[in-house]
Amino acid sequence: MNVHVTGNDVGARTLAIVGELKGLEGPLLPILHEIQAEFGYVPQESLPVIAEQLNLSRAEVHGVVTFYHDYRDHPTGRHVLKLCRAEACQAMGGDEVAERVKSLLGIDFHQTTLDGAVTLEPVYCLGLCSCAPAAMFDGAVHGRVDAELAKELVAEARR
Amino acid sequence: MTVRIYVPRDAAALALGADRVAKALSREAETRKLDITIVHNGSRGMHWLEPLVEVETAQGRIAYGPVKPSDVAALLDAGLLEGKAHPLCLGGTEEIPFLKNQTRLTFARCGVIDPVSLDDYKAHGGLKGLENAIAMAPADVVKQVTDSGLRGRGGAGFPTGIKWKTVLDAPGDRKYIVCNADEGDSGTFADRMIMEGDPFVLIEGMAIAGLATGATKGFVYIRSEYPQAIDAMNEAVTVARGAGVLGPSVLGSGKAFDMEIRVGAGAYVCGEETALLNSLEGKRGIVRAKPPLPALQGFMGRPTVVNNVISLASVPIIMDKGADFYRDFGMGRSRGTIPLQIAGNVKHGGLYETAFGLTLGEIIDVIGGGTATGRPVRAVQVGGPLGAYFPRALFDTPFDYEAFAAKDGLIGHAGITVFDDTVDMLKQARFAMEFCAVESCGKCTPCRIGSTRGVETADRIAQGIEPEKNRELLADLCNTMKFGSLCALGGFTPYPVLSAMNHFPEDFSPAPMVEAAE
Repeated sequence: MNVHVTGNDVGARTLAIVGELKGLEGPLLPILHEIQAEFGYVPQESLPVIAEQLNLSRAEVHGVVTFYHDYRDHPTGRHVLKLCRAEACQAMGGDEVAERVKSLLGIDFHQTTLDGAVTLEPVYCLGLCSCAPAAMFDGAVHGRVDAELAKELVAEARR
Repeated sequence: MTVRIYVPRDAAALALGADRVAKALSREAETRKLDITIVHNGSRGMHWLEPLVEVETAQGRIAYGPVKPSDVAALLDAGLLEGKAHPLCLGGTEEIPFLKNQTRLTFARCGVIDPVSLDDYKAHGGLKGLENAIAMAPADVVKQVTDSGLRGRGGAGFPTGIKWKTVLDAPGDRKYIVCNADEGDSGTFADRMIMEGDPFVLIEGMAIAGLATGATKGFVYIRSEYPQAIDAMNEAVTVARGAGVLGPSVLGSGKAFDMEIRVGAGAYVCGEETALLNSLEGKRGIVRAKPPLPALQGFMGRPTVVNNVISLASVPIIMDKGADFYRDFGMGRSRGTIPLQIAGNVKHGGLYETAFGLTLGEIIDVIGGGTATGRPVRAVQVGGPLGAYFPRALFDTPFDYEAFAAKDGLIGHAGITVFDDTVDMLKQARFAMEFCAVESCGKCTPCRIGSTRGVETADRIAQGIEPEKNRELLADLCNTMKFGSLCALGGFTPYPVLSAMNHFPEDFSPAPMVEAAE
């Protein structure tokens, strides 16, 4: 989802989110998850606000945000397609499916199509190893992804 | 009378269209004015039959599967509600051999009950273990868990009771129970299935752990790749709190225990217990040096039990039926049952809970039914991305912690990934190094740098550049990583690499590179 907000809005929303969650023990990850749910990514402008509120340095917050694969520093396309790249999916032709999806979309992993429709991401295991290859499209899971289903998912993403 | 129909909410079933089947069922039922109740249960673990629809009849539950939305009308025409015959009918669920031959202790209720109904949970023997634990002294609870022989199901196989005793004996005004639900290994899904199919058993196990060690607060750290499990756990915790299973006085005992569900952020290394604790504290998921043990200085520096989901979910039955009951299953020093997860290129993939001791060959060929593609099995990776690849020659290895260690492997979290004869083992070895490079937390050099050098070395072998020298180098590198890494990520990555090299040397001798003519 593309959400364009000004720096001030980001600061105010961040402050509200931090205010709600800072009572937790170890609140930083829950806060970052909430911020990403709100904006679709973790905006740079929110980092100093979090740092100040949690009494951390900006470097520490930056370090945490960049450590984890989930947190993004820019918005995704309207849809996110995740393809599992782990061993069980490899055993069932996951690599071929991934190549097919890449060529259908004309992008590589970690990229977004030029029309902003879909972002393609690798994921290391969705826990659907007994019905591999697996994919996740906007949070919905799909098993036994073959060339046909991959084409359908791409078509849906293009809409 | 309303007929109960079960359509799973398990992620594997959803991935194969269970939601669409449920919708088709309720739509058809409405049109036909049929009185049905759809229960969203967990999965029975027979994933090649998902979506598996069950109907409650006078003769017990009758299964149909795999059901497509387009099958629903014909199923109802054939008499689905009375459990009548249809080409998709599998007969009584409990009579299906894959299920019938299992010993379901930890997964006894998974797929049977409505996962978020506490009444259903209690009607199927739930909370008895917790009630027994409340009536006992904490040290006696710890002793019962120790006597059961339960070992950490996350992979390390450390005796659960001994870990608990350390926390019980540790001084501290505040102690914690942390459940490691960061099930990142490919080929594993037991944690996910229990959280989606029987979340109360995990809550009960954690409450027992709390009472036994004096901890009053628990966390379940679930990976973000499991949204359905996160939802089910949150729902169940709310129900449990409302019913007084969690809170200031657990089941009226006067002892407090409550818990929170936390979500990871896509870092595989956070499945390592000390990295998980750092992550939970809001830090980078960097591995901590041990000692101090988490049992003495864990979450926020306080005594903390860190247990895997299946370890904790196995505790209620031990406290209900007794240590002897559980210990009587298994072999050697591997006691009780283990939920095998059969995955990858396999005909009958799914979860199979059984006592330790089956051979790898029985698991793959008999229970799993060979490959899905129908080609011969060439390699089997046991224990996730850090587990060794086994060739057919080692299929007589019994499933047991020590027996696998003796063959330079590990059972890990009991995930078994099957590959057919099209697999390129050099590519798999390279992937193991690549995965380690991507997921390394960066704290120790053997893991951070070694994995990257490993990828490069594997590539040189593939290109035919001084293969003999590079194979030696790769083996040497593995040795350094194995003994020099701080945690299991760098320390165990050599398992898949070395086993691939040792058991499948033919894949590591590609045709010599032909120099391009200038």
